[in-house]
Amino acid sequence: MKTYAKNFLLSLVGITLLLGLWTFLSGNVAKDLPSPLKTWQDSKLYIVQPWDKRGEMDQGIGRMTFYSLVRVAKGFSLAILIGTPLGFLLGGSPLLARMFDPVMQVLRPISPLAWLPLGLILFRQSEPAALFTIALCSMWPTVINTMQGVRSIPQDYTNVAKVLRLSPWKQFTKISLPATLPYMFTGYRLSLGLAWLVIVAAEMLTGTPGVGGFLWQEYNSLIYSHILLCILTIGVVGFTLDRLMGIAEARLRAA
Amino acid sequence: MAFIDLKDVSKQYGSRRVLANINLAVEQGEFVCIVGASASGKTTLMKIVAGLVAPDGGSISIGGEVVNGFPRAASIVFQNYSLLPWFSALENVRLGVESAFPDWPSEKQKDQAMKYLDLVGLGKAHAKRPGQLSGGMRQRVAIARAFAVEPRVLFLDEPFGALDALTRATVQQELARLCEAQRPKATVLMITNSVDEAILLSDRILALGRRVSRKDAATLSEAAPVTLARPRAADLLMHNEEAVRIRARVTDLLTSGSAKNRAERRVASVATAAVPVEVCSE
Repeated sequence: MKTYAKNFLLSLVGITLLLGLWTFLSGNVAKDLPSPLKTWQDSKLYIVQPWDKRGEMDQGIGRMTFYSLVRVAKGFSLAILIGTPLGFLLGGSPLLARMFDPVMQVLRPISPLAWLPLGLILFRQSEPAALFTIALCSMWPTVINTMQGVRSIPQDYTNVAKVLRLSPWKQFTKISLPATLPYMFTGYRLSLGLAWLVIVAAEMLTGTPGVGGFLWQEYNSLIYSHILLCILTIGVVGFTLDRLMGIAEARLRAA
Repeated sequence: MAFIDLKDVSKQYGSRRVLANINLAVEQGEFVCIVGASASGKTTLMKIVAGLVAPDGGSISIGGEVVNGFPRAASIVFQNYSLLPWFSALENVRLGVESAFPDWPSEKQKDQAMKYLDLVGLGKAHAKRPGQLSGGMRQRVAIARAFAVEPRVLFLDEPFGALDALTRATVQQELARLCEAQRPKATVLMITNSVDEAILLSDRILALGRRVSRKDAATLSEAAPVTLARPRAADLLMHNEEAVRIRARVTDLLTSGSAKNRAERRVASVATAAVPVEVCSE
């Protein structure tokens, strides 16, 4: 309890120092950078009435975040729906793993900004293109961690399956899946983090309503305070998502 | 032909010869123990008989059928328990019952699992996961899992190796009781590094070891019959002359042929040193 309070106080000090630096920079070095106070004054309406809808691109920050989260949820679901079975397949078959390893290594480092135009060409609409990009960029940690998990199933457990003469389906549900679950969730956590990174880029390029879309629009309208509002929102939401997945993961490991 | 029948079984890993000329015949309902020091190839032999590892030469049959994969109506207890940590004790036992008796209604499968957990004294702990159980309790769950499928053949791979001496003695007695109570009696093949344990549990003891030098493959000795009446008390070796005589005989089987190899003799005597040697010479 004591260390908890101490940590809390320390992080408050850290935040205050950052706000101080920010105020100093905006007042003396970068005149275009709105100060924390100005950011708050300009963004107040968006924060205290987070669900307001005044126009297509003029909505409360809560509503914008919600749009982005829904999009991330769809893209992320797609990523794990494809990534998990793929991970099991590659983990279970060394032959397939060797076959697709180079492909994966090449696809993995491609930026979302590179995938998006391809998605737009393929789907001719911004929404599916965004989902396509999120799924393609965020599924790799899931694939790789699931694969690793399947490979590290202890020999003991495989022996149990042999000795109890479990059917392949039972071996999967009763042994492989539970043994791999903690690895899968590590993958899911990393994938969700990536999906949240990709969403901003996807929305900026497609101009759809959401935190990223709003950010880009406010940049074009020269309302710089709102850019900072969006940046902070993205950070806080990303942090929250990671924490939630972290809790789920810890529970699985403890079980 | 005997129920479990091994003919000229051999195995080598790379250029290292592990087992050679292994011949073994176990009759139905018999409890046979193979004693050997660490790294003598015991576990390899067990895995070969159980069909988990293929031999390089020779043949194995159980109940007249050639062994190819883990035999039907058999079960095994591993040294390291091998329970699934995400399941409760009951679920672990039940998993075996489900695949052994797939036609039984779910309720009956559960009752069967529960019955065997009760038999090893873990009825109350049935909802606990392996991580919440002590080593002895885990091994009891593993024993319950092995017996709950009503096996005709039971393989015991150093089942008490990971337990402390006191727990070991209790679980040994429980196992002996289960074996006696089972109808029809299972044929049991156990490997262990403890001569005392072998005397306590089995009808016949064979020693597995390298005859001349460490580089040789291990072979089986002739058998030493254990004629003691059951049930056998845990302190049998302190009081019973016959038991003491059998132990001397098995110790001799373990060391014979390697008199020149002191290291091997030392290993073998460590394995039998549970009771001071003075008692033997009485």
